[in-house]
Amino acid sequence: MTSPMGKAGQAACLIAVILLALIPAMGEAYLVDLATEILVFVLFALSLNVLIGYSGNVSFGHAAYFAIGGYANAILLTTYGWPLALAMPAAVVLSMLAAMFVAWFCTRLTDIYFAMLTLAFSMLVWAVAFKWRAVTHGDDGFVGVAVPRFLDDRVAFFYFTLAVVAAASALLWLICHSAFGKVLVAVRENRTRAGFVGVNTRQMRWTAFVVAGTFAGIAGAIFAMYNRGMYVENAFWTQSAQVLIMVLLGGMYSFFGPAIGAAALYLLERFANEYTEYWPTVLGGILVVILMFLPNGLVGLAQKVRSRLAGSGGPN
Amino acid sequence: MQGLEMLMGNPTFAFIQLLNSISMGMNYFIIAAGLSLIFGVLRVINFAHGAFFMFGAYTCYTVAEAWGLGFWPGVVAAGLFLAVISIFLERTLFQFLYDKEHLMQLLLTFAIVLIMGDAAKVLWGTDQYSVSYPEGLGGAWDVGVTFYPSYRLVLCLIGPLILVTLWFFTERTRWGRLTKAATQDREMLAALGINVPIIYTGVFLVGSALAGVGGALASPFNSPVPGMDVFIIVECFVIVIIGGLGSLWGSFLGALIYGLVFNFGSVIFPNWQDVFAFLLLLVVLLIRPWGLFGKPEQG
Repeated sequence: MTSPMGKAGQAACLIAVILLALIPAMGEAYLVDLATEILVFVLFALSLNVLIGYSGNVSFGHAAYFAIGGYANAILLTTYGWPLALAMPAAVVLSMLAAMFVAWFCTRLTDIYFAMLTLAFSMLVWAVAFKWRAVTHGDDGFVGVAVPRFLDDRVAFFYFTLAVVAAASALLWLICHSAFGKVLVAVRENRTRAGFVGVNTRQMRWTAFVVAGTFAGIAGAIFAMYNRGMYVENAFWTQSAQVLIMVLLGGMYSFFGPAIGAAALYLLERFANEYTEYWPTVLGGILVVILMFLPNGLVGLAQKVRSRLAGSGGPN
Repeated sequence: MQGLEMLMGNPTFAFIQLLNSISMGMNYFIIAAGLSLIFGVLRVINFAHGAFFMFGAYTCYTVAEAWGLGFWPGVVAAGLFLAVISIFLERTLFQFLYDKEHLMQLLLTFAIVLIMGDAAKVLWGTDQYSVSYPEGLGGAWDVGVTFYPSYRLVLCLIGPLILVTLWFFTERTRWGRLTKAATQDREMLAALGINVPIIYTGVFLVGSALAGVGGALASPFNSPVPGMDVFIIVECFVIVIIGGLGSLWGSFLGALIYGLVFNFGSVIFPNWQDVFAFLLLLVVLLIRPWGLFGKPEQG
């Protein structure tokens, strides 16, 4: 995981981006929308994994930063008529500031207490979005986001999303594979030891939290424009649980695992909704199977299959 | 600040708000105590506790209204039903996750939330049901300066009754001592020949039954409806974190504080009571990160 991306990896990423860029050429509006939405959740899941996979802190309130980015972008664009070049960075900075503030509280605690406190903060954000009707329109949702003219077209918006998500993911990759990323893994593996060798573990966890919150804010800001609105449900704790499941499904101990998890979960939901109205039960069932049998998610499963096929037997 | 003036100028109004706070707090205490008990012993944060609460409310409706057997049998049935469900869940799922990471446990309980939410829709549909007050408790009693709904006064008594019962069992009986020992050192207890898994199952059962009873008791004024589970669970989290995870007295005090903040908050700043509840939580955590009665985590 911590080895730098080889030539093959770089090529694979390039091919993936090129293939994605070719989607609008297929001429299906449905596919373009689907791809846009998946890209947003890929970034959302990747951002959460900095906190979970790399620093080992389980946040149960990651939707808060997604919602702050989304609401801020929507409100600045629509209510205040800011241009996108100002509104979106401002929204992301706001998510970052919120994450800085919350992280200061949360990193005083660890493990389950950390998870509970992140949950409480996200519900505070939810309660504000719900009750501050004058600004957020409460449970009616903030609808009719003024998306800039040049992004009005479905395909243009897709390319915008692809560019932002690809750039943000690349940045996240660099962060996770920098010296900082390695220290984070050390903190995850053994906080006490990392502390003994001179790492300020609390500051490391704080920084990981801020990185995660900031990138979730970017995902939220795009989502608000794609969705043409933000709803209080986007800040609710079940949304935080959903993105956690994406991370777990893909595999949290790999950088790209959560991206695969986000895409897989999203496609699965679309697929299941065609056949049953009980998607939550399907999701619950999938979750139980992963928890019981696939603790490293789809990426872990792929590795297991590969080592089995290679005939090396592999360590069991 | 109209509400504040009313509170200051009208002691009877303030007194009614106080009773509202206590009765609401006592209802929440019953649910939160179950959550806290399960956490204290099993170290599992159970998101499905809200779903247990919802099932309790629905069960009470079915027994009391649909079958016409009366309210109190409905409450008992809710407790029993949740006991059965929880034994099943503990034996088939939870017991395999006690040694795993907390993330796994949290997500497993979330999977149960998803499945039970759908199960409730299959069993009871998506209608909102009303449960009438129990016989003889539909009116109001004279509490000196004013009349107050008798059912809510009864709730104010049931809460402390459950507190004392739970306290007695955890502090004064052999089972309680074994339970405490299981939280301290599970392996040592097993080495001494105690059947630890059965203690875990028992605690999970009692905690879950409390959620069911709490849901049943809430049903006359908190009508069973889909989606109630994901709201109540967050409120219960706030309560047990304020009080300190795993502490019985903590959840009692936390529930009372929550009731007070919610009711007086909604009078003084109408509509913002939820925000206050979460702000209160943050203030408590700033001063005492492990809650009022909690102990600092080890390691």
